Amino acid sequence: MEKSEQHERDLNFAGTELRLGLPGIDDLKKQVQPSANKSNKRSLPDMNENCTSELTGNTSTPQKKGHPAPKAQVVGWPPIRSFRKNCLAKKNEAENSGVYVKVSMDGAPYLRKIDLNIYKGYKELVKALEDMFKFSVGGFSEREGYNGSEYVPTYEDKDGDWMLVGDVPWDMFISSCKKLRIMKGSEARGMGCVV
Amino acid sequence: MSEDEEKPSVDLADRNVRIGGAPGSGGEFQSPFPDQVLENVLENVLIFLTSRQDRNSVSLVCKSWYRAESMTRRELFIGNCYAVSPRRAIERFRRIRSLVLKGKPRFADFNLMPPDWGAHFAPWVTATAAAYPWLEKIYLKRMSITDIDLALLAQSFPNFKELVLVCCDGFGTSGLAVLASKCRHLRVLDLIEDEVADDEVDWISCFPENETRLESLIFDCVDCAINFELLEKLVARSPFLKKLRLNRLVSIGQLYHLMIRAPQLTHLGTGSFSHTDIVAQTDQEPDIASAFSACKSLVCLSGFREIIADYIPAIYPVCANLTSLNFSYANITAEQLKSVICHCHKLQTFWVLDSVHDEGLEAVAATCKDLRELRVFPVDAREDSEGPVSEVGLLAISEGCRKLQSILYFCQRMTNNAVIAMSRNCPDLVVFRLCIMGRHRPDHVTGEPMDEGFGAIVKNCKKLTRLAISGLLSDRAFWYIGHFGKLIRTLSVAFAGNSDMGLKYVLEGCPKLQKLEIRDSPFGDSALRSGLHHYYNMRFLWMSSCRLSRQGCQEIAWRLPRLVVEIMRGHTRDREEDEMDDSVEILYMYRSLDGPRDDAPTFVSIL
Repeated sequence: MEKSEQHERDLNFAGTELRLGLPGIDDLKKQVQPSANKSNKRSLPDMNENCTSELTGNTSTPQKKGHPAPKAQVVGWPPIRSFRKNCLAKKNEAENSGVYVKVSMDGAPYLRKIDLNIYKGYKELVKALEDMFKFSVGGFSEREGYNGSEYVPTYEDKDGDWMLVGDVPWDMFISSCKKLRIMKGSEARGMGCVV
Repeated sequence: MSEDEEKPSVDLADRNVRIGGAPGSGGEFQSPFPDQVLENVLENVLIFLTSRQDRNSVSLVCKSWYRAESMTRRELFIGNCYAVSPRRAIERFRRIRSLVLKGKPRFADFNLMPPDWGAHFAPWVTATAAAYPWLEKIYLKRMSITDIDLALLAQSFPNFKELVLVCCDGFGTSGLAVLASKCRHLRVLDLIEDEVADDEVDWISCFPENETRLESLIFDCVDCAINFELLEKLVARSPFLKKLRLNRLVSIGQLYHLMIRAPQLTHLGTGSFSHTDIVAQTDQEPDIASAFSACKSLVCLSGFREIIADYIPAIYPVCANLTSLNFSYANITAEQLKSVICHCHKLQTFWVLDSVHDEGLEAVAATCKDLRELRVFPVDAREDSEGPVSEVGLLAISEGCRKLQSILYFCQRMTNNAVIAMSRNCPDLVVFRLCIMGRHRPDHVTGEPMDEGFGAIVKNCKKLTRLAISGLLSDRAFWYIGHFGKLIRTLSVAFAGNSDMGLKYVLEGCPKLQKLEIRDSPFGDSALRSGLHHYYNMRFLWMSSCRLSRQGCQEIAWRLPRLVVEIMRGHTRDREEDEMDDSVEILYMYRSLDGPRDDAPTFVSIL
């Protein structure tokens, strides 16, 4: 939506075009220098929003031909080095969307902590667990669970129940999984019936 | 080369007799001899002169002094790597032991300059490899360095001791590996905010097996996995190690093991200060507090890249001695900060995130009476973010930290009154950088431009040499700067001013101006012309997204032949558009003794 508005403005359709946005936005955008009128301006945030939303993807505004006035560039603003931005962005991501759960395996002396969000589905998750703890699960089927595996991946959900990994759709799993435990096959045999 | 040259020995008694005027068989040799003597004496004296400004003055006295100075200069400082060619530098200075080179302008850090612009280390390392076999130290800032360059460095300088790379790129861990293995006398390897490629080479393992002479190992920016056991062994066999800054992949458990091996550390970067994904079930929590207690000499603490707040109390034992604390990667609250900062009475340098809010800054102001440098970075570096710090924090700092010399403050709201108060409370300010992140934001209480605040800073802070301005600013702000900013060397301007007059005031009023970087401000060709009298005295001028035309820049290039005038497009434009459009997107110009460079990429036009 915003991109096409920008394009049409540049082609000077503004005069006849019906557009969204407050009147006077066009002028504000072209006019880089502030004037006395602007001092109580809250329309500035509109201008900012326009620009910021186009550019949160961290790409620079494509510049149109024949646009002589200085553009409201937002590349490189605020002036923070990308190293620092990336470090904090990683953290924000982690805080907002990381789903960290502890993983233990029966008989192993250490725990692992993993972020479920980095896996796209059960297949990847199980493969990662296999690599981490050096075991293999064999096949998984709806009916029989992890038949024939020495180790079986299980998880504790929000209600405190222990479930087989793979029983519920992935998204539901991510939001309900509290911790993972790789059980010895013998202990887990009864779990196929829970589902 | 000339290291082993024998100096003619001087018999001072003889000299006295001859100066007495007695003509003798050596009469015809009288005239050059005292000069030679003088030059020798001078050289012996000049060895003690280290300031490069003084040395430059010395070299202007006469040819003899020029020669003596060039023979005795040990550190070569080149503030712009394109201002002089390597050949010219090594021809003049024959006995350099230490080289400082700076490359790209600062705005390149913010992606304003297309990549691969230049500032290559290669020609310098090639030239110095041949000319200065006794080179011991190299300091590079914003240069492009390749692994090949590092390999050449490692093999060319047998006595190499110190390498400091700041904001550099182009190399990877394979280059570091060569350095580690070949530089047997390495004392300092400091990698600060560089972009280092992960070549999956375990460079830590490449240090020689025997005891090292390492005093400083800083690699917090190297985001590559390392073999921890080998790092631990390296630290164990580095008895002189005083500065160690770990990357974020080092866990707090690993930190513990390193700290107990190196209690002599003075500077520590803690790495993640968190767990990695491995947490031993049977292991107890590492007694990290005791490790800190054992480090009695610790004065500088940084890192905390993924800090777990529970571990903050571990650093209490060292707080009382800390002079420098960098929390700028630690997303902590005001309460969490307070628990630490209340012990930090000796703190002089403090970097922090705005997550601590104004309240956190008030706590800093209450305790850190000796504070000299403060930097407040935003957790959320976007224009329309919340902005947890404001004029309240700034005011508190100004009232509590009267000895403040340097401040960098990111915020979303500010008032002129707070800035004026700081100008009065902190007369020792040398560096004042205020970044109001929302562009063109006025004083949020009065709605006025921020002119008066910055005006007060330049007027009252008589030692000010560096200034960065932001917020809603008219030409008046620039009038103040030109009128009062007589010592200003570095000025950063963004989204400010009304007209050409703004830039004119500054160029005409600030005689010490060296580095001027301007973006997105309405200054045009007429303003550019007003600096003609001064550009040869500057290190550089950067202007991007202003109102310059190619014609205007061309005129400068004609009038000042020793100035290199570079015009660039941003990386979003095509080549074809160049011919159509006379407007200049990026102007970067600088004086040079050797004319335009020959390594300019295609997107750069040199006028």
